[in-house]
Amino acid sequence: MASPIDISPNRRDLLITAGAAAALSSAATATAAQTAEVSQPVISKISFSVNGADQALELDLRTTLLDALREHLHLTGTKKGCDHGQCGACTVMVNGKRINSCLSLAVMHDGDEITTIEGLGTPDKLHPMQAAFIKHDGYQCGYCTPGQICSAVAVLEEIRAGIPSHVSDDLNAAPALTADEMRERMSGNICRCGAYSNIIDAMSEVAGATA
Amino acid sequence: MKSFTYERATSPAEAAAKAARTPGARFIAGGTNLLDLMKLEIETPPHLIDVNGLGLDKIEATDDGGLRIGALVRNTDLAADDRVRRDYGVLSRALLAGASGQLRNKATTAGNLLQRTRCPYFYDTGQACNKRTPGSGCSAIGGFSRQHAVVGASTACIATHPSDMAVAMRVLDAQVETVKPDGKTRRIKIADFHKLPGSTPHIETALQAGEFITAVTLPKPIGGIHVYHKIRDRASYAFALVSVAAVIQPDGTGRVALGGVAHKPWRVEKAETDLPKGAKAVMAKLMADATPTPENEFKITLVERTLSAALMDARA
Ligand SMILES: Cc1cc2nc3c(=O)[nH]c(=O)nc-3n(C[C@H](O)[C@H](O)[C@H](O)COP(=O)(O)OP(=O)(O)OC[C@H]3O[C@@H](n4cnc5c(N)ncnc54)[C@H](O)[C@@H]3O)c2cc1C
Ligand code: SF4
Ligand code: FES
Ligand code: FES
Repeated sequence: MASPIDISPNRRDLLITAGAAAALSSAATATAAQTAEVSQPVISKISFSVNGADQALELDLRTTLLDALREHLHLTGTKKGCDHGQCGACTVMVNGKRINSCLSLAVMHDGDEITTIEGLGTPDKLHPMQAAFIKHDGYQCGYCTPGQICSAVAVLEEIRAGIPSHVSDDLNAAPALTADEMRERMSGNICRCGAYSNIIDAMSEVAGATA
Repeated sequence: MKSFTYERATSPAEAAAKAARTPGARFIAGGTNLLDLMKLEIETPPHLIDVNGLGLDKIEATDDGGLRIGALVRNTDLAADDRVRRDYGVLSRALLAGASGQLRNKATTAGNLLQRTRCPYFYDTGQACNKRTPGSGCSAIGGFSRQHAVVGASTACIATHPSDMAVAMRVLDAQVETVKPDGKTRRIKIADFHKLPGSTPHIETALQAGEFITAVTLPKPIGGIHVYHKIRDRASYAFALVSVAAVIQPDGTGRVALGGVAHKPWRVEKAETDLPKGAKAVMAKLMADATPTPENEFKITLVERTLSAALMDARA
C-alpha cells in the first residue's frame, strides 16, 4: 500500500505506546496513524445495559454492537447475515427503537438500554410475538427469525405511535394496522426461506390481540 | 476495518476545528453509511468524531415561518413530524421511500445528505474508480451502467447520488447551515450543495475540510400537492432507478426535482414553466444534454412516465 509519509520505527513505537489521546495531540501523528501499515487496535471501556443487566466491556473500538453482543456477551440470538445493513438479521432495540446492530459501533451505545431477542421472552415465558411465530410457522431455517421478531414487535409499536410509512394513504392520518402497512415496514428484514406470509399472519394475530 | 481513535464532540465549532486539525478525520452520526464503507476500507478515517451528543436533534420553527431541522434529527423523526407531514409532505414521502425502518431510526439529516454513491465499482476496491482513487479511471464507463447517471455526468464519473431525502429538499429550496473550523457559520443553498462530477468526482459537496453541518432549513410552506414517486427494482428497501419529487399548485404550475439520474438531485427551474402543459412538454429542458449509456437510456423514458404519473396524482 502506498504511504505518502515515511514512518520511522520510532514514530510508530511512539504511536503504539502513547495511546489514543496522546497520539492525536498533533496533526502529524494523526497522519502517521492513518498511513501506518499495521493498524493497531485501540481499546475502550464501554458500558450499557442489555436486557436489563448492566454490562461493562473493554473492546477494540472497531467492535460493532452486533459483535459485542454475540462475541463478547455470548448473546448469540441476534444474527449476523450481511454485516452491511441489508438484511435485518441483526435487528435489536436500542432505547426502545429498532436498529441494525451491525451498522453501529458498540462505543456509540455507552449508557444505552439494549433489548435483544433473549430479552423479549424465554422458552418458559414467550413474548406473544414469539408464540405467534411458532403458531403460524413464521420461519423455516430460523436464521432471520430473531431479527424478524424484534422488528415485528417494534413495527406494531411504530404503527401505534402514529409513525407513517411509504404505503400510508394519508400522511396526516393515524396509520392503520393493516397487512400492507406491516409488510412495508418489515421490508428491512429479509427471509431467505420466504416465510413472509406466515410472518404477517403471526403479526396480524398479535396486532389484533393487543390493538 | 482499519483501526481508528474516537472522541465525542463537545460543540459544533469544536468538532469542526478538531476535524480540520486531524487529517482524514470523519464525523460519525448514524454511522449507517460511514461504517459500511469503513468495513470495506473504502473509507479509512484514522479518527472518528462522534457528533450524536450535541443536542442537534430538534425541529424548530424559524422566524420566517419555515423549519430548522437539526443535523442529527433521525430520518424517522423527521418523516413523522406533524409539521413536516402537513406542510412539506414531499419530504416525509421521500424519507419514507428510503432504506428500511431500522436504518431510518438511525440515519440522520446531515448523514443522509452526505451519503456516498452506490456505484458498484466505487464499492469494489479492486476496480478503477476516480471517486475512490482520483486519476485511476472509471470502471462504470463501458461497464455495467444500468443504475448510473443520464444527465450532468462527465467523462470522469457517471455515478448518481442515492439520497431520496435530498431530492425533496431540492424541490423545497432547503438551505444547509454549517460551522467552519474557524467558528464562522454560513448557509449553503441546496442547489449549490452537491456538485456535478466534472473532473473531480471525489469532491462531492461545497463543504470545506472540517466544515460541520448544524441544520437544514426549509423556507415557509409553499402549499400545493406534494408527491414523491420512486421507481425501483422491488417495491420497498431498494435505491431509486428514477424518482420524482413534485409540488404542484391548483393552477398546474409547480416544481419538480429528480433522483437517480445525476450526481446530485436534478432540478432545472426553467423547465418548470412548462409543467402545466404536462410531462412531455417539460422533458426537453429537464433532460437537455442527456448522455445516457445503452444500458441506462431507459431512464429517460422512465422519467417522463414517472413525471406524468406524479402529475396525474397531483391533479387527482
Ligand atoms: C441497505 C441500505 C439501504 C439504503 N437505502 C436507501 C434508500 O433507498 N434511499 C436513501 O436515500 N438512502 C438509503 N440508504 C442510505 C441511508 O439513508 C444513509 O446511510 C443514511 O442516511 C446516512 O446517515 P447517517 O447519519 O447514518 O450517516 P453517517 O454514516 O454517520 O455519515 C455519512 C457521512 O456524513 C458525514 N456527516 C455526518 N453528519 C455530519 C455533519 N453533521 N456534518 C458534516 N458531516 C457529517 C460523515 O462524516 C460521513 O462522511 C440505505 C442504506 C443502507 C445500508
Ligand atoms: S461512476 Fe464514478 S463512482 Fe462509479 S466507478 Fe466511475 S468514477 Fe467511480
Ligand atoms: S447483519 Fe445487520 S443488516 Fe444484515
Ligand atoms: S426462516 Fe430461513 S431465512 Fe427466514
